[in-house]
Amino acid sequence: MDAAFADPAFWDEYRALLRDFVGRPSPLMQATRYVGEPNAATLLFKREDLNHTGAHKINNTVGQGLLAKRMGKRRIIAETGAGQHGVATATIGAKLGIPVDVFMGALDVERQSLNVYVMKLLGARVHPVTSGTQTLKDATNEAFREWAGRVEDTFYVIGSVVGAHPYPYMVREFQKVIGLEARAQVLERYKRLPTDVIACVGGGSNAMGIFSGFVDDSNVRLWGVEAAGHGLASPDTAASLNAGSIGILHGSRSFVLQSAEGQVRNTHSISAGLDYPGVGPEHAYLKESGRAAYVAATDEEALAAFHRCAEREGIVPALESAHALAFAERLALERGREGLIVVNLSGRGDKDTRHVAALESPLSS
Amino acid sequence: MNGCELIREAFALAKSERRCALIPYLCAGDPDAETTALLLATAGSTGADILELGIPYGDPLADGPTIAAAAQRALDGGMSIEGALRLMADATAAGAPPIVAFTYLNPIVQYGLERFADALLSAGAAGAIVPDAPLEETGPIRAAFSPRGLALPLLIAPTTPLERAAEIAEASDAFLYLVSRLGVTGARREPDFDWIDERVAELRERTSKPIAVGFGVGTAEHVRRIAAVADGAIVGSALIDSYAGSRGEDAALRAARFLESLRAEAG
Repeated sequence: MDAAFADPAFWDEYRALLRDFVGRPSPLMQATRYVGEPNAATLLFKREDLNHTGAHKINNTVGQGLLAKRMGKRRIIAETGAGQHGVATATIGAKLGIPVDVFMGALDVERQSLNVYVMKLLGARVHPVTSGTQTLKDATNEAFREWAGRVEDTFYVIGSVVGAHPYPYMVREFQKVIGLEARAQVLERYKRLPTDVIACVGGGSNAMGIFSGFVDDSNVRLWGVEAAGHGLASPDTAASLNAGSIGILHGSRSFVLQSAEGQVRNTHSISAGLDYPGVGPEHAYLKESGRAAYVAATDEEALAAFHRCAEREGIVPALESAHALAFAERLALERGREGLIVVNLSGRGDKDTRHVAALESPLSS
Repeated sequence: MNGCELIREAFALAKSERRCALIPYLCAGDPDAETTALLLATAGSTGADILELGIPYGDPLADGPTIAAAAQRALDGGMSIEGALRLMADATAAGAPPIVAFTYLNPIVQYGLERFADALLSAGAAGAIVPDAPLEETGPIRAAFSPRGLALPLLIAPTTPLERAAEIAEASDAFLYLVSRLGVTGARREPDFDWIDERVAELRERTSKPIAVGFGVGTAEHVRRIAAVADGAIVGSALIDSYAGSRGEDAALRAARFLESLRAEAG
C-alpha cells in the first residue's frame, strides 16, 4: 500500500476511474426546500447518491480494487450488510476482471434479494453466512476467516474505516475525495468555508471521507450522526459512539456495543448500512479529542427525513443518509441565516423503497 | 511451581518418555458446564499432558465452524469467564494436568487484565493463549502475567516471516504455538506437513522452547507426523466433533476413545 500511495501513476489511474467510471466529481447542491423556513441556514447536499452504484462505497472499492490488481491478487472478497458494498465490490471486480466472492449474512441475503441478484449479475458469487446473528458482523467475521486461509491469492476489500491497520487509514484515504471536492466546491461558490459538516456514521467511511476535507479547518464543526434505532437507551440501537464502550472488534480498538463481559451485542437500525456494533477507530479519536461531535437519530426520525427529502427536494435518500438529514434539519434551524451546512448525501434510497413500503403498509405490525 | 514451570515440566516429561505432548482443547460450557467438567477429567486421565480450556466468545475470528458453534452453544447456556474459571479451579483441585485458558482479547480486557491474571492464579491455571493479540499488543497482558508466573504462549502462522517468528519465539512463554497451515481452526483442512517440517527446523536453530502444533490436527496420523518433528500436538475441533450431540458420561466416553487413539500415536 505504501508503495502504491507513493506512486503518482496509481493515483492517476484511481482518479481516471473515479471520473469516467464513477462519474466524479459529484455535485454540491443547495437544498432550497428541505427545511422550508426562511430563517434557517443554507443547506448543501454533497451528492454521493449520484455516483455509479448509488453511494460513496464505490470510491473505496475502486481504490482497493486497483491495489488488488497492483499486488497481483487473483481474487477479491468482501463483506456486505445491505449489499451496497457488495455491489460496489462486484462492480470494480467486473471492471478490472478480478473474480469476487461476497460474504453476506443469511438474514440479509433474504432481506436484500435485489442486491444479491445485482451482485450475481455482475459476476460475483454470494456466500450466505449462517453463523451468529447472520448479519453484517458475522459476514465480516466470515470474510476475515476466509482471508486467513487464502491470504496469498486473495485481497480483502473492507467496506468501511474499520478492521485492523491499514484499513481504517486506507479506506479514509480513498473516501477523502468527498471532502476535498466538497471543500473546493463550497469555497468556489460561497467564498467561505461551511459552518458545519454533517454525515451519518455506521462504520463511518462516508463521514471520515467528508470530514477529512475539513478536519484542519478548526472553525468548521463536524457532526457524525449515528443510528439510535429505537433510542439510545434501548437495547435496539447501533450507536456505538453514543451508547457503547471501548473495546476491541475486528482488529481495532474503538467504541463497541458490548455486554459487561465483552461479548459484542446485537444491534438494530432501520438502516442495514448503519447496523454495525463497532465504529472506525479514527471516529473514536475525533470524539475523544473533541474535534467532532456525535449525535444520533432514531429510526422514526430517519424515516421522517427520508420522506421529507423525497417530497421537498425530489431526492429519495438512502436510509443511512436520512439519519444525517434528520439532524441537519434541527441544526439548520438552530444556526439561522448565518449558517452554511454541508450534508453528505451518501447514497440514494432506491434500495430502501421496498423496505420502507413494507414497514408502512397497514398490514405490518 | 508457577504456571510457566508447570508447562515446561509437562513438555519435559513427554520428552523424557520420547513422545510429543498431547494438548486437547475444550470449550468451557459446551454443551454444558457439567459435561465440560467430565471432559476435563477424562482428558486428564486419558493422557493429556496439558489442557486448553476455551473461554467462549461470540466472535471468534481465529476459529472455524466447529469451535465457533461450540462457543455459541456455551454462551447460550450461560457460560461466562467466571464459569470457565470455576471449571479450571475444580479441575486443577482434582489433579488435572496444567490448564491454559484460550481466550480472545476483548473479554479479558473488559474483565481487567490484572483481575484476570489474579483469577487465573486462584484457579490454579498455568496461563492463557490470546490468539488475536499480535506481538506488539501483548505488553499489557505480559505485565499482568509475568509477576504471577503465568504463561503467555504466542502463535506463529505460516505467513509469519522467519525474522518475526524468531522475535515471537523469544517473547513466547513456556512454548511456541505453531499454526499448522493457513486459515482458522477446524478439521476440514489438513495441516501442511512440509511447511511444519521446514519451519520447525528453522525455529530449532533460534529457540530451545518446545514447539506445539495446532489448527487442523485431528487424526492419529496427524499426531504421528507431528510427533516426529515437534514437541506437542494441539487437538480442538476434531475432539469436539468426537462427542458432538452427546452430553455427560456419554460425551466423556466418546472423547476418551478418540483421545486414546491419538495418544497411541504420540510416540
